[in-house]
Amino acid sequence: MADQPLWEVFVRARRGLSHVHVGSLHAADAEHALRNARDLYTRRQEGVSVWVVPAAAISASAPEDKDAFFDPAEDKVYRHPTFYPVPEGVEHL
Amino acid sequence: MSGRENGSASAERDTALAAYALRLGDDALVASHRLAELAARGPQLEEDVALANISLDLLGQARSLLTYAGSLEERLTGVLRTEDDLAYLRDEDQFANCRLVELPNTDFAFTVARQFLFSAYQFELYTALAGSADGTLAGIAGKAVKEVAYHRDHASGWTVRLGDGTEESSERMAAALEAAWPYTGELFASDPVFRAVAGAGFGADPPELRPAWDAFVDGVLAEAGLARPEVPPITGPAGMGGRQGVHTEAFGYLLAEMQHLHRSHPGAAW
Amino acid sequence: MTDPGTDEAAHPQDEARQRRFDGMIAADERIEPRDWMPDAYRRTLIRQIAQHAHSEIIGMQPEGNWITRAPSLRRKAVLIAKVQDEAGHGLYLYSAAETLGVGRDELLDLLHQGRQRYSSIFNYPTVTWADVGAIGWLVDGAAITNQVPLCRCSYGPYARAMVRICKEESFHQRQGFDILYTLARGTDGQRRMAQESVDRWYWPSLMMFGPPDSESTHSEQSMAWNIKRFSNDELRQRFVDMIVPQAEALGLTLPDPALAWSAERGHYDFGTPDWDEFMQVLKGNGPCNRQRLEHRRTAHEEGAWVREAARAHAAKSRARERAAA
Repeated sequence: MADQPLWEVFVRARRGLSHVHVGSLHAADAEHALRNARDLYTRRQEGVSVWVVPAAAISASAPEDKDAFFDPAEDKVYRHPTFYPVPEGVEHL
Repeated sequence: MSGRENGSASAERDTALAAYALRLGDDALVASHRLAELAARGPQLEEDVALANISLDLLGQARSLLTYAGSLEERLTGVLRTEDDLAYLRDEDQFANCRLVELPNTDFAFTVARQFLFSAYQFELYTALAGSADGTLAGIAGKAVKEVAYHRDHASGWTVRLGDGTEESSERMAAALEAAWPYTGELFASDPVFRAVAGAGFGADPPELRPAWDAFVDGVLAEAGLARPEVPPITGPAGMGGRQGVHTEAFGYLLAEMQHLHRSHPGAAW
Repeated sequence: MTDPGTDEAAHPQDEARQRRFDGMIAADERIEPRDWMPDAYRRTLIRQIAQHAHSEIIGMQPEGNWITRAPSLRRKAVLIAKVQDEAGHGLYLYSAAETLGVGRDELLDLLHQGRQRYSSIFNYPTVTWADVGAIGWLVDGAAITNQVPLCRCSYGPYARAMVRICKEESFHQRQGFDILYTLARGTDGQRRMAQESVDRWYWPSLMMFGPPDSESTHSEQSMAWNIKRFSNDELRQRFVDMIVPQAEALGLTLPDPALAWSAERGHYDFGTPDWDEFMQVLKGNGPCNRQRLEHRRTAHEEGAWVREAARAHAAKSRARERAAA
């Protein structure tokens, strides 16, 4: 298994939702990894679509970089709907 | 479906249909059992999960088919045998499965070979049966064909992996195919029961399934770099085999293990 | 085990990291794989998650023992699905352990060499069909009692694996109860089988919570790190309180003369398990220790050529693709 690479598995629970990371598994190649993922992570009909990605292919931000990575978004409050006051009586906005 | 127009003709058809459902159900039951023996014995954990999935699918098919066989029989005899009566209370010579599915798991390559040859057969069978004039069989087959497509895919994948992999795996896979191959003849042999259900539009006559099976199997073997075994089909005494209740020696042990607890408590519910 | 507060915080940068880590634990936040964490925290988690994963896959054996003899096709299907779930749970947990930087193959080697443990309960044999019921009801029941708090464990991947596992485990406990319930209402022989099995599994299931708090070695630090949320004795009490009324519903007795409701405590009083037996089984002298490991090793060794073939085929395919490109 050291020699069978690690794959990260993402499952789309149902149409309209994004794929969500559910765990990992070992397989020699992508095709085998997909089949194993189907068997392991959708035993109870948890998904309509599965992705497998070689764990080695994922680049991740370091938690220590958190400030540099994510804080710039902190002052962009206009991205959040609560930034906009809604006149009284206006619904479904 | 039948039963109103001509009593004896429809009884004849029900008899054949019941025997047919029993054969299909026994195939699935025994194939499932052999795979279930491998629980916690797979070459890796992922494979334990996969083999259990296939075993469960087959057991589900067996239960539907045996239940149906029992209900057809009841129409003829007035006596109902449930899926458990049929699975646990029949003796060896009353089981009508093909001998291929009862062959023991000698190594992983053999399990793959058996499952590859059998699921390729089941795929053609259920594809044909999905259009059966018998609504119940068509329904069972329509669901099962999706499951079996996956089983066939799984076994084909391993046939290629083992055939192409290492020298050892390739040798083991070739030996396994050679050992299983003689039992494939029985999958495609016809007899009066098969001809009767095929004639009524209920079932498939096995020889008709062969060309598509051959083409599929040859395709996978070519991809795996494996030769098609040149071994003649195994015969039986007076031409009798699994369908007629004459099984391999290993089968009696399988049944002894499967049935002993159920039979030790006559009439008990579980 | 080292004290994370001393050696590792010596470096000024580490000191800041340690403070950050302590802050997150204090705020009951989740630690994620790429966060800095004290070595001792990492080691504790690896040991616990691995032991948990090993327990799942060794646990396949005692129940798998009855698959081929299950007395009805329905029970057989349920049992196959259950043993399959255990393989799945093992995989979820190995996958959580791998986020801590240790490979599944390394962990399996440690198991096979007897250097990492699995739950001692699986060193008891399943000698009757009723044992499948007793394992589901008592052993899985004890496991769930242990595991539900782990869904809030401080290490994110472990907590998430446990959420998935607990969801699936509740079916296991119910099917076990259902087997015993049916047997208890069956023939005399079946009823005897059920009672005899509960008599054998009751005490070992109480031992599953580990030694009494006064003697537990890892508990205190694990509680401080929010890995463990309740003590061994608290969980054991919770379990006993749960199974006593269930045993009554089954119409079966628990083999514990000290069992009695204490109005004062608001809990059931119960007897003391035989901790000498517990230690003996832990040391490897239980009825099935050798058998379980041998079975595991054999499956692994016999699968070596298969794993090797899968790898070789993948490498050849890649080479062919490259050549074709």
